[in-house]
Order: sequence, then structure tokens, then C-alpha cells
Amino acid sequence: MKARIHITLKNGVLDPQGKATEHALGGLGFGGINDARQGKYIELDLAENDPVKARDTVEAMCQKLLANTVIENYEIDLDE
Amino acid sequence: MKAAVIVSPGSNCDRDVQVALRQSAGSDPIMHWHADADLPDVDLIVVPGGFSYGDYLRAGALAAQSPVIREVVARANKGVPVLGICNGFQILTECGLLPGVLMRNAGLKFICRDVDLRVEAADTVFTSDYVNRQIIRIPVAHNEGNYFADDETLNRLDDENRVAFRYCCPEGEVRAAANPNGAARNIAGILNEGRNVLGMMPHPERLADALLGGTDGRPMFDGLVEALATAA
Repeated sequence: MKARIHITLKNGVLDPQGKATEHALGGLGFGGINDARQGKYIELDLAENDPVKARDTVEAMCQKLLANTVIENYEIDLDE
Repeated sequence: MKAAVIVSPGSNCDRDVQVALRQSAGSDPIMHWHADADLPDVDLIVVPGGFSYGDYLRAGALAAQSPVIREVVARANKGVPVLGICNGFQILTECGLLPGVLMRNAGLKFICRDVDLRVEAADTVFTSDYVNRQIIRIPVAHNEGNYFADDETLNRLDDENRVAFRYCCPEGEVRAAANPNGAARNIAGILNEGRNVLGMMPHPERLADALLGGTDGRPMFDGLVEALATAA
């Protein structure tokens, strides 16, 4: 089973990389961008086939290592 | 005083710390490899700067999970002084010994230069050879030094006088213009509740010898040796 994890900065946490990207896109003539935020995407190939157990494990992985919950949120998608 | 310096793959200030400790203590610290959880009994643990594990995932995140860091946390909780410098500070926040997180510099650039710091808490084993409000000049060299914590945590750090150093102007005024990396409230170093854990972005070990152009970092190591010699 595949787990797809999106890690994003929490609202209110400054994202200078996102800001720089937003400005660069503007410079290329792409208008109408209200905001750009940059995050991380992690894909895990799991041996576990039970979605409930898999979600619990990936949740623990996010809490313990993959995300820093002081500044980041995470979202887990399981490919069942 | 017996000290240990934790060496991870990618540490690059471990030997600078070794030299600074040797100079102040008159004896060499133990250089302890990160994968070895069997840490000898020591009076001081230093987690040095560098790019442990290539800064993969987040700066300090992977080193924070190494076997020896679990032991460092246990020792710190028993009161053993732990000093984290630069990447060491990042590791100490990632392993939960210190609150908050070091984010990417607000200006998106790696910063490597001398900065002025105001000593805000001279009442610790790390800072006893400095005096409150003293201005010292030592270098920073980092890409993720932008200290961030929620307002509640920042207020608590202030209320409990746990900010050890702040970036300041040469005259000592703490202003936005003196902040190299966007750190909340110009914070350059913080203490844990027990005041036996200090994390700081600037590198005292890099200016601890007149040959290197300055000695403002030396009192930290001299002070530690004095404080821990009397404790032993």
C-alpha cells in the first residue's frame, strides 16, 4: 500500500521560499497569484495492507519525524 | 572537567569545539560517535555545528533520532549541562530539549559573518564569565537560524528569562536591523527550564583564540570549566 504525505507550513508561518517563487512567477508575466506556499511531498511504499493500521503508523511517523508540528501540518493519503 | 563532543556524519565544528575545550580545560574532550549510545559519564555534553545527515528532511531532524541523542536527552533531564551550537541548536529543538524551531533564514541566504550579541542571562554555567547586557561579537554561519515559536512560548521564554543571547547593534540596542535571519524577538540563543541546556546559533568556538581574530567566545568555555570544576 502506498502512503502519500503532504507536509505544508501552518497558516501564519512565514514562507520566504513561497514568496520568492510568487515574485518570480509574477516576473515571468503570470499574474493573478494571490499567494504561493511551498511544502514537501513524501511517498512511502508500505508492507502493511490494512488501511487502519497503515494510517496509524504513518500518523506516528509524521508526529515523530516527517513533520515538525511546531510549524508544519501534514495530510496523509492512502492508496488502497 | 570531563566533556564529550557528539560527532555525527556531517558535523564540521566538532574539532573547533575540541580545540576550544582543550584550551580552557587543559585536557581533551571525548569525541563521541553518534551511533554509539553508550555515552561515558561526563560533566558537559556539546552538540556541535555542521550539517548532520546533510540537513536532509529538516536541519537536525535526523540527528535528533540518533541513539546517542536519546541518551543526551536523558542526561540533560538529570541536569547534565548540554550546549548545542548552530546545527547542535537545531538538533536540540528537534529532539524536544528546547522549544521552537529554527527555520530557513528570512532572506533565503546562507549567512556567514560576525554578529553582535547582547548577553541576556549571565546566570548559567555557560555564561557565568559574561555579564548581563555585555555586547560580544562572534560569528554565525547558517542557512536555518530563523528562530520561530508561538507567542505563548516566546512570552514564556521572556518571562522566565530564558533568552540567553539576542542579536543587537554594536551599541547593544536590539533592533530589527541587527537581526541577520528574521529570528523572533532577535533570539540567538535560549535555555531550557532547568537552565542546564543552551542552544545558540552563533559559534563561540570560532572566536576563542586571538590567532583567529577575537576571543569573545572564550569566556563561555572558561566559564564552563570553572563552573563545572567547582561542581565536581
